[in-house]
Amino acid sequence: MADIDAGAAKGPQRPRPISPHLQIYKPMLTMVMSILHRVTGAALYFGMLVIAWWLIAAASGPNAYANVEWFIGSLIGRVVLFGFTWALIHHALGGVRHLIWDTLRGFEPADREFLTLASLIGSIALTFIIWAVGYLAMGGPR
Amino acid sequence: MSGKHTNEMRTPMRRVRGLGAAHTGTGHFWHQRVTSVAGIPLTIAFVAIIVALLGRSHAAVVQILGSPIVAIIMLLFIINTVYHMWIGMQEIVLDYVHEDKLKLVTLMANTFFCFAIGLASVFAILKLSFGV
Ligand code: HEM
Repeated sequence: MADIDAGAAKGPQRPRPISPHLQIYKPMLTMVMSILHRVTGAALYFGMLVIAWWLIAAASGPNAYANVEWFIGSLIGRVVLFGFTWALIHHALGGVRHLIWDTLRGFEPADREFLTLASLIGSIALTFIIWAVGYLAMGGPR
Repeated sequence: MSGKHTNEMRTPMRRVRGLGAAHTGTGHFWHQRVTSVAGIPLTIAFVAIIVALLGRSHAAVVQILGSPIVAIIMLLFIINTVYHMWIGMQEIVLDYVHEDKLKLVTLMANTFFCFAIGLASVFAILKLSFGV
């Protein structure tokens, strides 16, 4: 690192950026999806509260369970549940993508664009399929 | 690598120990992968169980959730997920919280939250399985 040291020796020292700054990149799909993986992970983290509430209510008795059913049946409850479904599927598919990348495969530009698009489209499609199956099993929206 | 490299942020002792910001090394990185792989089949099973239970009466839900196979799958899902999200949130905290005291408090809150969610859920599933 002789040239760096020589450069540092003359003139006032200017702190160099340690890594490239986020702002100089143009947003790419892979980058947005990387952020989304973290956002969905954090959303699921707090979403586990609802799962725990649901389990505790089931264990507590019919009255407590009726409260959960009322919440899930409400508009806000449905939005939360739909969001949780999509976040879970998207995060799981994104996780599979990460695991593929961990094996050092799928890094070519075409591959990573494909993996990224596939997990985005796949997560939306799967979410709607799961909800369709759910409604079919319940005999239609109520 | 020369010791006086100006871009090196870690002290030589930190580098030798190699334990990172949480002082626990690469163990969590590996556990994050293990819980991710386990999470794939467990998540599929979990979604299937939820879809099958929606809209059923309380009595039916209790019976299904309390049956051994369903209860065991739910227990595996909860334990795996709670550990996975504990590591994941720790990673997020370490990325954004740099002030020592706040970092300590946030990491502690993460542990409390995950423990509470995990224990409450496991207790509920066991109660559903073993009755009153
Ligand atoms: C309700 C269930 C889940 C919760 C609460 C959850 C939560 C989290 C959180 C908080 C993170 C940290 C995010 C970050 O560091 O950016 C994370 C990362 C991760 N999750 Fe999950 N997760 C869940 C399910 C899954 C599943 C089913 C998979 C299956 C593949 C998965 C794969 C991963 C992977 C591979 C990472 C690390 C990504 C990285 O290295 O940046 N997760 N998760």
